[in-house]
Amino acid sequence: MITATNLSKVYNGTKVLNIERLDIPSGQNFGLVGNNGAGKTTFFSLLLDLIQPTTGNIFNNDITVSESEEWKPFTSSFIDESFLIGYLTPEEYFYFIGELRNRNKADIDSFLTQFEDLFNGEIIGRKKYLRDLSKGNQKKVGIVAALIGDPEVVILDEPFANLDPTTQIRLKKLLKELSKTGTTVLISSHDLIHVTEVCERIVVLDKGDIVRDIETSEATLNELEDYFSREILE
Amino acid sequence: MFEKFIWLEWKAFFRSASFGKSLGLKILMAFLALYFSAMFLFFGVALYPLLKEFDPSGDPLQVVNRFALVYFCFELIFRFMLQTLPVIDIKPLMTLPIKKRKVVNFVLLKSLYSFYNILPLFLIIPFATFCIVKGDYGTLNMLGWIIGVYAITLSVNYLNFIIKKRFTENLKALIPVVLIGIILALLDYLKVFQITFYFGKLLEFLVQNPYLAIVPVIILLLLYKWNQLNLQAKFYLDAHLKGRSTEANTREFGWTKKFGSIAPFLQQDLKLIWRNKRPKTTIYLSLLFLAYGLIFYPNDSYQEMPAFFVFVGIFITGIFMINFGQFVPSWDASYYPMIMAQNISMRQYLASKMGLITFSVVVLAILSTPYVYFGWNILLLNLACALYNMGVNIPILLYAGSFNKKRIDLDKSPFMNYQGTGASQWLVGLPLLLIPIFFFWIINKFINYEIAVGFLAGLGTIGLIIRPSLLTFLEQRYRRRKYVMIQGFKQKGE
Repeated sequence: MITATNLSKVYNGTKVLNIERLDIPSGQNFGLVGNNGAGKTTFFSLLLDLIQPTTGNIFNNDITVSESEEWKPFTSSFIDESFLIGYLTPEEYFYFIGELRNRNKADIDSFLTQFEDLFNGEIIGRKKYLRDLSKGNQKKVGIVAALIGDPEVVILDEPFANLDPTTQIRLKKLLKELSKTGTTVLISSHDLIHVTEVCERIVVLDKGDIVRDIETSEATLNELEDYFSREILE
Repeated sequence: MFEKFIWLEWKAFFRSASFGKSLGLKILMAFLALYFSAMFLFFGVALYPLLKEFDPSGDPLQVVNRFALVYFCFELIFRFMLQTLPVIDIKPLMTLPIKKRKVVNFVLLKSLYSFYNILPLFLIIPFATFCIVKGDYGTLNMLGWIIGVYAITLSVNYLNFIIKKRFTENLKALIPVVLIGIILALLDYLKVFQITFYFGKLLEFLVQNPYLAIVPVIILLLLYKWNQLNLQAKFYLDAHLKGRSTEANTREFGWTKKFGSIAPFLQQDLKLIWRNKRPKTTIYLSLLFLAYGLIFYPNDSYQEMPAFFVFVGIFITGIFMINFGQFVPSWDASYYPMIMAQNISMRQYLASKMGLITFSVVVLAILSTPYVYFGWNILLLNLACALYNMGVNIPILLYAGSFNKKRIDLDKSPFMNYQGTGASQWLVGLPLLLIPIFFFWIINKFINYEIAVGFLAGLGTIGLIIRPSLLTFLEQRYRRRKYVMIQGFKQKGE
């Protein structure tokens, strides 16, 4: 589904991302981990054509993302709060995204019923603008909006950060179910436990390079913990 | 501790995102500051001789004293509109081990170094000097006057903050105050109760007894104290710094559905305009500028220069276009990455902006039809200008917009707010107005009025016909600039 070839991004002479080749097959739950500055958000931004690659290309379903806009109809994402429109209420935001993805109001209303638990009564019908919601609630809105319109590729940057424990557990369940429907899900996280629970495949980035590419198994969590504590042990 | 604050201010100033970037803007601001200083100084120097010439037997100081109250009222109104107390800056300091009172004092004292407080000195000091040299007032007396009047100016400074604190959230509460002001002004005008006269008498009394300058100084100190207590009591996150959350207005703009594929964006833009302070003001400005024609049409001196009416026509039908259009796409700066990653093609996005602005031109053109009172030729010219705006000026504006890369905070007031303004905003105004005026002038001079009007309308129509290819061109341009824009819109701060 997604292929990156010879992909690199250089800022002021520093290489922040350097991926020779990365293939993410359709329907995979793909996790990206790494310390701050490892290049996770850079990779997602390149994938969404928000920044320009220094070299190489990313193909989303065989479409070169930096050349055509054809990937937009089947790709949805939530990177940060710049994906929210502050002066809309959550409902209006959902309807707006719905209209962009050919879903009418009734579709959205029925779509939202499955998230009633997740929203915990704090989002729908509160007559509040998105900019006035708490960080955690903003995140919930962003993630749910990214699921509107049955996208084939869902990209979530740090979906677990800022969420309360109950919501984290609900989100994990949600993401697992999502991949069963054949959706390709790409997430990044600092939380190794969450990411091993949700993802079938985990790629570790370090200063822009892929240093591990793991099929998730029982041993994965230990392997990752070993990897990230190695510098401390030395 | 105060040095630390000053150090912070220094850093904030020199490290602000726009510092060094918008040199042109800074030159303009410096020019404005110099201009106003010079004007005030000129007025301060000329005031005494002027008044003496106007009324040789009168005493200029008495006249000035009588107008002092009016001046202070205007000063208060201006400050109310333009000046704010930067309380938000103290948020990061709240958790640090710094005494509240110190931070509060710093914020309050800092406000004294505002340009608005320096300007009156250019007026007061030269005038007082004239009173001493040319008039027969003692140095000590005038010194008392200077101190008294300047203390009142500074009191206005602090009074403004108190008024702002109480009334910005509830502008309706200001109505009784404004009413009382109007009634007093009326009574004064009708000579029933001349408050300005009594205020003038008070100031004269001050001149005779200069030690009484202590009274305004005490008022100043009391107002300072009041501000201090006010701020200290509100030194909590939930009080004033957090920002209030208003109940959302959920108007739907359902009628936009008629516009087909661009409907969701139109709806979006209308919400953008209605719910945010800065774009909302552009609407009020547009309605205000509709009356612009009234200045020119009845005026005989312009009748011989119909080219000037082109300026008026472009302006009144295009004022929203200019005010709103020049900041496309900066209005969407805070969520531009979303617009770019969502299922929106660049073409649709631009088409919807064009649609909105075209719609505004149509509305303003319809609203301007009563100008037919001044003659059919004016109505025809205005309609031709509207066509020209739609066909030619909108694409030019959007092209200029592709140079925008400065973020706009939607909730800041637009008055004296240069955020998001770059060189392109200054340059784009010229072709918008000068090109049609030039064509019109040439054709009107060598052929006739009707052909000149027809030519403008023709240009506009051609622009409308080739709009799809113009859109394609703009689309490519915006796609090339996309990354620069996303990067630029991320830069917060002034």
